[in-house]
Amino acid sequence: MPTLSINDLTKRYATGDLAIDQVSLVIPEGQVMALIGPSGAGKSTLIRCVNRLVEPTSGDVLLGDQNITKLGARKLRRARRHIGMIFQEYALVERLTVMENVLSGRLGYVGFWASWLRRFPKQDISDAFTLLDRVGLADMVDKRADELSGGQRQRVGIARALIQNPDLLLVDEPTASLDPKTSRQIMRLITELCRERNLTAVVNIHDVPLAKLFAERVVGLQAGQIVFDGSPEGLSPDVLTRIYGEEDWLATAETGNADMPESEPGVVEADRSL
Amino acid sequence: MPLSTDETGPQWRRRTAREDVLSWFGWATGLAVVGGCFFLISEKTIWEFVWSAPREAADLGARMVPPDWSYSSQLWRPLWDTFNIATLGTGLALVISVPVAFCAARNTTPSTAIARPLALFVIASSRSINSLIWALLLVVIVGPGVFAGVLAIALRSIGFCGKLLYEAIEEIDVPPVEAVTATGASSGQVLTYGVVPQVMTAFAGISVFRWDINIRESTILGLVGAGGIGLQLSASINNLDWSRVAVILLAILGTVIVSEWLSAKVRGALS
Repeated sequence: MPTLSINDLTKRYATGDLAIDQVSLVIPEGQVMALIGPSGAGKSTLIRCVNRLVEPTSGDVLLGDQNITKLGARKLRRARRHIGMIFQEYALVERLTVMENVLSGRLGYVGFWASWLRRFPKQDISDAFTLLDRVGLADMVDKRADELSGGQRQRVGIARALIQNPDLLLVDEPTASLDPKTSRQIMRLITELCRERNLTAVVNIHDVPLAKLFAERVVGLQAGQIVFDGSPEGLSPDVLTRIYGEEDWLATAETGNADMPESEPGVVEADRSL
Repeated sequence: MPLSTDETGPQWRRRTAREDVLSWFGWATGLAVVGGCFFLISEKTIWEFVWSAPREAADLGARMVPPDWSYSSQLWRPLWDTFNIATLGTGLALVISVPVAFCAARNTTPSTAIARPLALFVIASSRSINSLIWALLLVVIVGPGVFAGVLAIALRSIGFCGKLLYEAIEEIDVPPVEAVTATGASSGQVLTYGVVPQVMTAFAGISVFRWDINIRESTILGLVGAGGIGLQLSASINNLDWSRVAVILLAILGTVIVSEWLSAKVRGALS
């Protein structure tokens, strides 16, 4: 698994807004890194610059020794096959079935007509079954995506990203549309899967307690610049003020810890009916 | 919103005094224009004819009764033609309007410099000419008959279907398209997986809606020789054969009711 290095990455939108300002980051293989920061800090832009859903203005993104920012269209598509992405509002194709949504993660490997006729390789289909079973949706295979609840949809999103067999996982606010309990289950599932597969992951998350709970490393982004980079324990009230601005951080930190016990074994198992 | 303060506290009114006057002035001008137009039209109207209208209508109605039911056996064939003109015309229009719509939609067009303006021009020109006028032209070009009717319906429908479809394409959700792109899919796959499923319902609805309109439009194409039941209608009107006209009008009414019921059913099933 290669390392992700971001060097001096800058993105200025056509409107003139500077979303990311010379950000440099190295994320070693197998690390789950949380990217926190207020709305508009550039978190989404930063991870979209990695797989070039947003075209960076300058700087480099290296996955292993491949410079993604320098790739032509065809090579970019090949590189994207190795980068899985999980989205805030799930970004499923609502009118397709769960299976079709998961299999769409293999589109980079399947020809146009084969994908049009839904003729995916046997291996892909059996992988899809395995993954759906792993995320707890074994009996939802043939349901349409718009019949599922939020938590279930995000599980489909996770399966779609993982069936790519990615080296890197980009996760954009995976829990922003979910209730607190489902949020934690989803975050736990994502981090478990990353560990199982030794995946490198960048997780945008605005929920600080969740970030503390599940990430090994936290990077704080403020107005497009990195203002904190360290372990979750380092998120002191001072640091949070630097990232988000003035607030009574101790009060929130305490309630945050109070309803956050360290582990809840078996929750993923038990909540398949969600 | 004008806010002010007087001795009883803060006050709010919808408009300022000035805006009030302007609003009244606007309404008064509108009324004056309507009144003026009425007088202009009235001067050019022969009112004797208008006053005798009820009597004339009653007379025409009386001549239509009883309808010449025996004539109806001759109407099946032209009705079938009318149905075919509408159906084939709609089908042909859909085949052409799908690529046109994808070229016209801002988010799927291959080029905003060439393809998009071209597609918008096709849509606008198709929409600006009524199918009866297309039929007039086509009867001259391909000769009278059903084929001219099919082409006339198709040419008029390309713009309608293309416009509604490209608007539906522009309104799709972006994240699913991003998600499919992020897997490394080719642009064709992004289209078929990310975009097409999102517009399928709209597409089916538009097709049925246009087919329903085309059934009605194709009933008059015969007036200019482009096939269908309009031919019989114009012949019977020219012969002042009002009892036959009555049968034809009833037949058209029946067809339109059936097509409307069918399209409502299909659209209901889609949602």
